[in-house]
Amino acid sequence: MTEPLLQLDGLSVSYRTRRGPVPAVVDVSLRLNRGESLGLVGESGCGKSTIAFAIMRWLAGRGQIVGGRVLFEGRDMAGISREELRRIRGKRIAMVFQEAMSALNPCLTIGAQLTEVLKFHENVVGPGAERRAKDMLAEVRIPDPDRVFRAFPHEISGGQQQRVVIAMALLANPALLLLDEPTTGLDVTVEASVVRLIAEISRRFGTSLLYISHNLALISRVCERIAVMYAGEIVEEGPTRRILTAPIHPYTRGLIRCLPESGADKIARPLSPIPGQIPAPWERAAGCFFQPRCGYARDGLCDASHPPLIGYGKGSTVRCLRASEIEPGRIDAVAGEAPPAADGVAVSVDRLSKDYRLTPPGLRGLLPFADPLRIRANDHLTFNAASGRTLAIVGESGCGKSTFARVLTGLERATGGRIEVAGTDLAQLSVIDRSREQLRALQMVFQNPDETLNPSYRVGRQIARVASRLLGLGRRERAQRVRDLFAEIRLPAGIADRKPRHLSGGQKQRIAIARAFVGNPEIVVADEPVSALDVSVRAAVTQLLMEIQRAHGTTLILISHDLALVRYVADTVVVMYLGQVMEVGTTSQVFSAPHHPYTEALLAAQPKLEDDRGLHAPVEGETPSPLDPPQGCPFHTRCPRKVGTICEISRPSEQVTPAGHRMACHIPMDELVRAQERATT
Amino acid sequence: MTDATKAQTTPTLRSLLAESPILIAGLSILGFWLMVAILAPWIAPFRPNENLVPMALPGQRTPDGRLMLLGADHLGRDVLSRIIYGGRTVLTYAPLATLCAYSVGVTLGLIAGYKGRWIDELLSRFADLVLAFPVIVLYIVIIQKFGASGLNILIAVTLASSPGIMRLVRGVVLDLRTRAYVSAAQMRGESTFYILFVEILPNARGPLIVDACLRLGYVTITIGTLGFLGLGIPPPTPDWGSMINESRHFALVFPHMAVFPCLAVSSLVLGFNLIADGLRELSLAD
Repeated sequence: MTEPLLQLDGLSVSYRTRRGPVPAVVDVSLRLNRGESLGLVGESGCGKSTIAFAIMRWLAGRGQIVGGRVLFEGRDMAGISREELRRIRGKRIAMVFQEAMSALNPCLTIGAQLTEVLKFHENVVGPGAERRAKDMLAEVRIPDPDRVFRAFPHEISGGQQQRVVIAMALLANPALLLLDEPTTGLDVTVEASVVRLIAEISRRFGTSLLYISHNLALISRVCERIAVMYAGEIVEEGPTRRILTAPIHPYTRGLIRCLPESGADKIARPLSPIPGQIPAPWERAAGCFFQPRCGYARDGLCDASHPPLIGYGKGSTVRCLRASEIEPGRIDAVAGEAPPAADGVAVSVDRLSKDYRLTPPGLRGLLPFADPLRIRANDHLTFNAASGRTLAIVGESGCGKSTFARVLTGLERATGGRIEVAGTDLAQLSVIDRSREQLRALQMVFQNPDETLNPSYRVGRQIARVASRLLGLGRRERAQRVRDLFAEIRLPAGIADRKPRHLSGGQKQRIAIARAFVGNPEIVVADEPVSALDVSVRAAVTQLLMEIQRAHGTTLILISHDLALVRYVADTVVVMYLGQVMEVGTTSQVFSAPHHPYTEALLAAQPKLEDDRGLHAPVEGETPSPLDPPQGCPFHTRCPRKVGTICEISRPSEQVTPAGHRMACHIPMDELVRAQERATT
Repeated sequence: MTDATKAQTTPTLRSLLAESPILIAGLSILGFWLMVAILAPWIAPFRPNENLVPMALPGQRTPDGRLMLLGADHLGRDVLSRIIYGGRTVLTYAPLATLCAYSVGVTLGLIAGYKGRWIDELLSRFADLVLAFPVIVLYIVIIQKFGASGLNILIAVTLASSPGIMRLVRGVVLDLRTRAYVSAAQMRGESTFYILFVEILPNARGPLIVDACLRLGYVTITIGTLGFLGLGIPPPTPDWGSMINESRHFALVFPHMAVFPCLAVSSLVLGFNLIADGLRELSLAD
């Protein structure tokens, strides 16, 4: 057997804190052969990033390797001098971090930063270094290497920054590339192309990859093997295909089960969340760490002794005492209930526009009569939301979906058009002008669980305040309402006496949902309600939101970039790009051909568990700046189905089918169907 | 780290203190001066305006045999007793003036940061105007015009410090007003007053407390300076600044008249600064 490139032998890492040492990584053993790619998947706080830092021997001040060894190319990293370590980092092991912007020095050109790598590690300078740097930029598919070479980091887009960081990591031709959530913060279409690049690289350069992510679907696109981490240890490891199709460990099964399957909707296959939440290092259970959340746990066995990692078939290991008894495989679906039939329109949006004015940068902005820059965040939006149903608005960042939410809720005033709710036009009515009844009828769930609740007050008090403002309840009735709501969101009533910082992200988001439903609103706007949560918690919160909606018969307007979630939750879908509506239809209309070419690109970019490594090409390029939107069809700059100059000159008018499927594209719908069906077969 | 890390109980006061020796040092100095000021009538060996032996050196005794530990000034008043009583003056006026400056600065800062547009523009430009003026000239103009009194010190300090506080608060509010809980409050129809003082202000407390401690130090120096310029609390009320001022003509021959009040001022300012540093250190830890 050949010597592995990287070997971790019972690695344990602890952080020193006020409460004493906190074990972040517990007894982790891994092998990575030359040219192999290994994915490390796990939710926040499971220790996956700590492993990457421990490999580089780059733990922050409070971190410490307390046991085990890291062998790189057969040498123990612990015995290597500082000077030699400097040579190994970057030359033999390179790392790509989450935030590309903070990995690049804003004061130096891209070229200077790239050639520095060659100068330091290979002592190559001058035109030779420049040529190699530009070649590498071309290798990472940067369209204009000469321009980017001279550019400063802020002059290129986020996706390009991440490509530059990858180019920089590859320049010294390292044997091992560590990638720590390299696509976080990128839009789906950009993420898809960066992931495709990474997968290509490992094949072309023979570089070994250690890919760290919380996203199982993304990892499965790049890696041959996957190790699943939970609470600081590896619970299952094996070939990607086996992990995806026949997971053994209950946690792995749970992780896969709580991802909405791309083909499924809420009736055919409801999400099954993992109960409970990830334990903090000092709260880990006796016996198996996962046992308190595990559906297979058996008293007297799983809580008695800590399970060892045992071999399971060829090349797989699993840490479960009941592994041999559990049937491997995905878990069967339980059918859900169909929603009640729709009766009428709750929100009617008619040619709604919203412009933002920006002060021009520089000295010009100081002039009192300077022409303000205008950003058209919403451009003549038209669609209806059926009452009691879920309408989803999808699109990438900057498409104007959150702006629409702010206009609808009255946090901003529209520039033109109408939003009709219960017979009144709300477009020009900002929150201060709305009556108590209008405020009560329309509430919102916000995105970021850390900002949604006021950190200074107990959460029960915050909900009681809403009850007194919107319903005018007295003290005793308020307390009762808080208790009822806590029962409804399935949190113990004792939580009402806590402040937000003592709650987990999932709990905070549940309380935010409760706050939105205090006054029994007819309409609730949810702006990316689960995107900041951990995967295993996401499913539970989604499920809760849908249950409450059904119980109250509320119209839900869901704003999201996650197509799988939208397909799962929504009845009607609106696809937006650069402030304009591209496509509107029922979920089945939007998710089956004909698609608008942009919807098609979004669907292609969506990471899926099913198609293992078949990477069909998503669109290249990035969303143009809303300050300078393209003429004609906004999507023509990236559209793979662009027909010609007509797309650049005239804005397509909307095609409407009798079934109500609307789409703004120059290509006739029946032609689109034919082309798209050809592409899939 | 994770959510769960944050989910621990709040650290107790004792564990906080154990984390920061600087904070302990600062609090000890402040505590010492507070005790001295409160207990002045019981611990001061003489009444502050009692005329004993002019220019007595430290350690000299009065004719009736009582010890003047730090000597006496040109009017024969015991320096130690005047420092002890002077602590009362400074520890009354410094916090009071800081409080006044904060009430004005915080209110204006909240309004400027939250309302934005022309209100912000107007308040910010006015703050620039005051800040561009040399502070000491400002003090002198104000107090020359209205006369030296405790109240006028409060007014002068408020006028000079509140623009800086306003700037600080405005900056914090610009960040906090975009939080979802502020939007949530707007969406249940809360008044601007409620949003400013109940939703936003409590969350701005971190940087404000640190700044307040530093500012207490500056105000202590300011009051000393005003006293030194003869613009402070009118004599014969014991005041550290005026004591230093009175010692000017004799400082070369009788340095004890100047040295001890100076030490008192600097130790108190040091105490405030150490508290500010300690609090900042704690807020930066995790």
